[in-house]
Amino acid sequence: MLRAGIIGLGKMGLSHQSMVNAHPEIQLMAVCDSSAYILDVLSKYTGVKTYTNYKEMLDREPLDCVFVATPSKYHVEIVAAALDRNLHVFCEKPFGLEPQSALQLASVAAQKHLVNQVGYHYRFVAAFNEAKRLLDQNVLGKLHHVRAEAYGPVVVRPKGSTWRSQKSEGGGCLFDYACHAIDLVNYLVGRPIAVSGTVFNSVFSKDVDDEIYSTLHFSDGFHGQLATNWSDESFRKMSVKLSFWGTNGRINVDRQEIQIYLRALPAADLGFVKGWNVRYTTELTQPVWFYVRGEEYSAQIDHFVQTIKSGGTAISSFQSASDASIVAAMMREDATKPYTTFEGSGTYLPSAGGMEPQAQTAGSRIRKLFGRAK
Amino acid sequence: MDRILFGDNQFFGVNHMSEEKARIQAMRFQDINSVIEVLDDANAEGIKTFMCTTHERMAEVCEHFRANKEKYAGFKFYPCMPYAHKYANAAAELGVLGAVRSFLPEGNALGALFKGGMSLARKDIEGLANLLIDAEMKMFAGLETPVIFLQNVATDFLLGLGFDEAFRIFADCVRERYQAEPGFITMNAPLLLARLEKCGIENPIICANINKIGFRMCGGMPAYEAMFDEGRCRLVAMSVFASGALPPQEALEYVCRFPKIESIVFGASSRRNIAQTKRLIDQLTPA
Repeated sequence: MLRAGIIGLGKMGLSHQSMVNAHPEIQLMAVCDSSAYILDVLSKYTGVKTYTNYKEMLDREPLDCVFVATPSKYHVEIVAAALDRNLHVFCEKPFGLEPQSALQLASVAAQKHLVNQVGYHYRFVAAFNEAKRLLDQNVLGKLHHVRAEAYGPVVVRPKGSTWRSQKSEGGGCLFDYACHAIDLVNYLVGRPIAVSGTVFNSVFSKDVDDEIYSTLHFSDGFHGQLATNWSDESFRKMSVKLSFWGTNGRINVDRQEIQIYLRALPAADLGFVKGWNVRYTTELTQPVWFYVRGEEYSAQIDHFVQTIKSGGTAISSFQSASDASIVAAMMREDATKPYTTFEGSGTYLPSAGGMEPQAQTAGSRIRKLFGRAK
Repeated sequence: MDRILFGDNQFFGVNHMSEEKARIQAMRFQDINSVIEVLDDANAEGIKTFMCTTHERMAEVCEHFRANKEKYAGFKFYPCMPYAHKYANAAAELGVLGAVRSFLPEGNALGALFKGGMSLARKDIEGLANLLIDAEMKMFAGLETPVIFLQNVATDFLLGLGFDEAFRIFADCVRERYQAEPGFITMNAPLLLARLEKCGIENPIICANINKIGFRMCGGMPAYEAMFDEGRCRLVAMSVFASGALPPQEALEYVCRFPKIESIVFGASSRRNIAQTKRLIDQLTPA
């Protein structure tokens, strides 16, 4: 039995608690949150031991591992404290808002041989894993383009007062939605070496970005585009879709299905026909021991447990999550670069530089470049 | 419960197999009259129970049924609450407690609001649950709702936490305030049944995925099939076609092999599909 603690009981923390508590190989020792109300209710009705100070919980409870699901800005401090006490750590994404701190924690965890995992749960969606399996076998031939899209209805009105709407707390579409799409791209085709043409835009939020678009450049010479928008009410919930174009065809994949178009059949017999092939989540998904809100949420927790038992590296490690933070950082930097415009003679304009990427409105960079007042 | 219940996933852009199909359905059923037309088809085929999420759009359907009482004589609703995305989206925007507060009654129901405030302050979960259930049930006023279900996200979340008392609270509220039978939707039926029995809910109504390929039947096929035979609960089979992964005949042959499965819920968008599925179930159901 692994003895576990949970720190942070918001939407994700509570959902983890439900699955952790139901796992036959985990004993949930205690939970920690700043809300006395939530703690009182949980203690009264489920009997779980509660803390309001995570350090106290880490010091007092005999733990093997800890799940961190606080608002993003606390991740680094809490993960560092847990690693310091030699605990295996599962941390919610985005895991470190700055690449430097994320990389540093990845290095500490590796040195100490502690299992470290980040809640990029799309890595546990069967359809995306099927796409990875096929791409690893080069069924599309030479890749030339990838498109990653994430849409959903998180901020659809100009209000909201949680940490998700505060830039200083790690809020915004970048760390909530875009990082999932970035991480999936990294998982399936490797981390882009550069980005360009990045746009951060606020639709409803005052303090943070609601949509992000960027061009991705990969070392193999192919490229991609990222489009994320968390202010799209036409989606019932978050929806992530990836599309890949290669010399031998195309793959479209989302949580439910993978569509594969092949111009020629691959050398290995994978059961495909020429043209379109479709495989659904019902045939691809492996059963889980307990289901609350999607197999992937259960599967990632079980993967953490099995990795602790067997040793080795988690599929979504601190290192791989750091790669997502690196791409996010590149995008923030890139968004400060000037647009290319055409001014009569076709002169390229010099850099305006130094713009804050988040929460700027569309066109503000152009205005600045031309030096026009609003 | 009737042998056949009509489901609502198709009306609200839920399709476990394809987002494209889900969007096409969402477009088709954007006009509530399209939903009512399909319900009329089901009614005409002799399916007299609609098992539906407490989605805000359902209020318009309820209004139509209230306004046409004679036409829908004997027609029953089995509400399934809560509509989880409503709470999940609100939790992301307002925090967990903020989301709960936002769904408590307001306006001229000042007394209820006060009671809600008191319930929150005293951690009186029973009082709070009653208010939230009342809020979800409001749209069904004047309609027959003999069974009221707790949605699987809520059931399974509470099951995982070990918050068993919540099941008793839900059951008591549904029985006492609505004179209805409580039902529980789950993806973890064997575990849930054991837990419900432990907190004194005997022979509960459980609605679970039951399909030949074991799709979302957590706890494993053997445990499920033992449940089908033991008769310790009243079962409603959902997702019998495993979101379209199984052909209808094969799918229904499997479910109908177990005579103690009381009801089958399915959703369809055309009169032809409704009629075909109903005919198959009728044929395969042992007399």
